[in-house]
Amino acid sequence: MIAVVVLWPVVIMVRTAFQKISPDGFILGQAGWRNFVFLWQEPALPGILVRTSIWVLTVVVITMLIALAMAQLFNQEFPGRRVARWALIAPWAASVVMTAIVFRWSLNADNGIINVALHDLGLMPVYGTDAADWLGRPVVAFAWMMLVAIFVSVPFSTYALLAGLQAIPTETYEAARIDGAGAWRIYIAITLPLLRPAFIVALLINVMNVFNSFPIIWEMTRGGPGHQTSTTTTFMYQLKQSYIGESAAMSVVNFALVLLIVLVYLRATSVQGRAA
Amino acid sequence: MPAIKPRPRSLAYAGLAYIVAAIFLLPYVEMVVSALRPANEMLDRTYVPTHWNWHNFVDIWTTDFGQSLRISLEVASGSTLLVLLAAIPAAYYTARYRFLGRTTFLLLVLVTQMFQPTAMLVGIYREFLSFGLIDSVIALILVNAGFNLAFAVWILNAYISAIPVELEEAASIDGASRVGTLFRIVLPLALPGIVTALIFTFINAWNEFIVALTLTTSPATEPLTVMLNSYIGQYQVDWSHLFAGSVIATFPVIILFALIEGKVVSGLTAGSIK
Repeated sequence: MIAVVVLWPVVIMVRTAFQKISPDGFILGQAGWRNFVFLWQEPALPGILVRTSIWVLTVVVITMLIALAMAQLFNQEFPGRRVARWALIAPWAASVVMTAIVFRWSLNADNGIINVALHDLGLMPVYGTDAADWLGRPVVAFAWMMLVAIFVSVPFSTYALLAGLQAIPTETYEAARIDGAGAWRIYIAITLPLLRPAFIVALLINVMNVFNSFPIIWEMTRGGPGHQTSTTTTFMYQLKQSYIGESAAMSVVNFALVLLIVLVYLRATSVQGRAA
Repeated sequence: MPAIKPRPRSLAYAGLAYIVAAIFLLPYVEMVVSALRPANEMLDRTYVPTHWNWHNFVDIWTTDFGQSLRISLEVASGSTLLVLLAAIPAAYYTARYRFLGRTTFLLLVLVTQMFQPTAMLVGIYREFLSFGLIDSVIALILVNAGFNLAFAVWILNAYISAIPVELEEAASIDGASRVGTLFRIVLPLALPGIVTALIFTFINAWNEFIVALTLTTSPATEPLTVMLNSYIGQYQVDWSHLFAGSVIATFPVIILFALIEGKVVSGLTAGSIK
């Protein structure tokens, strides 16, 4: 009986989660596949799809590489390690909305602190020009936003990998050292393979978060100019404001992608279960 | 040969780690500095202002900030309460009984952990529109509770599973009821897990943005994440209040998070390491 009482919120939640998205014809009367056709015919769509792939791939790959290096660094014994680790928490715990707003402010063409620093370093000659207006140029703006996305993703990934590193028994390292393995060889042959489970989980959680990331782009450029810095997530939101049916179609596509990632995740974890 | 670590090396690690740590703090330092900038220095090309203006933190309360702070608190506490009410019995039941579909249930919990409201935004919006719950704190509480339930069940399940059943058996031999055992034995022992689930849910609901942006249309129901955007006008941005507000909204959360940091990671990655 408890099971029924307790189970139902989760079951209902998941069930409605599927119901509310899939029959978008139900929402708009008899739209059939028309919304998908409209979506497909959006001139901005190809660019948005390409940008979304670049966004997810670049942010996740760079995040994981930085996190690998940082986990290694923060796993060393040094005085004040605890305090240094605490500093990493800030971008993880703080609202991404506010982090994005600070970056937008710091990139301000006339007096943003990043521009002030670049000016002092001689890298940005004149304030208020196109060269200083980082968020006004789509390609550059997108690069900056990817940097912010990496910035907010690295702390969690580092912590997840640190947990993985700490689970590796020290005897394994000692054995390898006795066998005469060098530091780099130990890292490749022992640390990386043993870190795999933690790495895969961190990777997938990141793919999920980065794919669904909305506040960074929303706060810094609103996906503009035009749709030139949009991803599928922000585009879906923009569509929602005028063409809810088409937005639902975009949602279904996004949802299918998320589902696919979840399946990959479950497969990856069950493969590990069998290997263990 | 187990080499003893030479001191200079550990100092080099320390130096490097401090630099990295400082980089990750920089935006939040800038947040505080900007919050303390006087209005007439807001556009100066300087790293720090010549005068520090604490007044921003005082007169922010004359704007809608206080109202939104209250809504954020309501949403975050409401969803946390709801999550704990549902998650504690759920986690207890799944940890103690092997029932039909137990694995399916836990798998389901795991899958919902991977989903985010963003992917279902249009659905959520339509759903609450049909309930007539647009612009209501209750809608935000429900959505936030729903999406954080999975993590709470998962982490509590791990904690309760680790409590020996013998303890409960001993209690019931001594005449304690089922509910008595739950309150006197299980819950106190699972307290670290409960606190973790509590803080984690609270922070997630506190920081949630896209659902709140979608489901609220009037200042009277906007939580902080949405409301702070109203300082950004079409032609003018009220930066000082924006950052003073951000500081008030951000720093308590960072401190809360620092308290549970280790446990969150083990909870999030529990799916694979188990």
